[in-house]
Amino acid sequence: MSNATVVVVTSGKGGVGKTTTSAAIASALAKEGYQVCAVDFDVGLRNLDLIMGAERRVVFDLVNVVRGEASIKQALVRDKKLDNLFLLPASQTRDKDALTEEGVASVINELRMYFDWVICDSPAGIERGATLAMRHADEAIIVSNPEVSSVRDCDRIIGLLDAKTKVAEDGGRMPKHLMITRYDTERAKSGDMLATDDVVDILSVPLIGVVPESKDVLKASNVGLPVTLADETSPAARAYTEATRRLLGENIPVTIPEEKKGLFGKIFKGRAA
Amino acid sequence: MNILSLFGKRGERASASVAKNRLQILLAHERADNGTDAVLISNLREDILAVVAKRFDIDPNAVRLEMDRSEGVTTLGIDIELPPAAKVS
Repeated sequence: MSNATVVVVTSGKGGVGKTTTSAAIASALAKEGYQVCAVDFDVGLRNLDLIMGAERRVVFDLVNVVRGEASIKQALVRDKKLDNLFLLPASQTRDKDALTEEGVASVINELRMYFDWVICDSPAGIERGATLAMRHADEAIIVSNPEVSSVRDCDRIIGLLDAKTKVAEDGGRMPKHLMITRYDTERAKSGDMLATDDVVDILSVPLIGVVPESKDVLKASNVGLPVTLADETSPAARAYTEATRRLLGENIPVTIPEEKKGLFGKIFKGRAA
Repeated sequence: MNILSLFGKRGERASASVAKNRLQILLAHERADNGTDAVLISNLREDILAVVAKRFDIDPNAVRLEMDRSEGVTTLGIDIELPPAAKVS
């Protein structure tokens, strides 16, 4: 019997930071010494390979494995930096029925044998890809921006997590964690953005982390490194590292890391919008 | 524009040019490829497996083929895990 934990990273809305979050959490877990596999479920529009800097080494993918054209071990791409971190890439096929329910079940079951943590990066939307990504999860990380449409879509996703997953069908309740990304402290202070408490209140899901809007996220994606590996001291990396410790069961208060502004940064504060 | 913003911009341009380069390599490849890589690697694997199996008793799952593409060159890495008792026969 394996002790693996399968986590789905989901949001409903696109562009809120699911892939960034998946890569950052998977890497932070691997840095703690766990055997970790990140699985890209976004068939047709894979991007986790690009964010993890593995795009040039992808040969086989999730669909090849589901169809029996390659074994899981052949399809796994090992991370350049951490040898206990792996990626199972999505395929670029346009066939949206490429993934089958049974196929995904057997892939997840096999991954449970090899890994401590399996992080499933869900596609946007509430279609088949998204429901398959969450289907076999033990826990869910719900990614939301502090913005109305994103929060509303998260609410739909929470409904699906409580209805369409294996855990729910077996009468259980899926443990959920809320990750708020692209948080802008200044705008929250001035009242122009939903505050974290507002989002937590509306969704009634405990907060696992707040990731501030940070130029380091873009920089990390440019060079193909998960933000937690690119610059450990950046506010976004610190937020993800703390969130990972909470995922591991540590009870630490949620803080919102801020950009460390040097003397010049303070002088020119507000210059860079 | 002051001298500090010049420094800041330089740093960002550096990572942006890495991004551009990565995308160019990837997209050139994706536009040309229709799963031919997977077929090629799959066939190569079968061939290599057959040759190695003549000398060693190997687990088919312990053979990994990796392709790495960069601007001008594509490399093929073959990683075969030999059984603990493997000896040259």
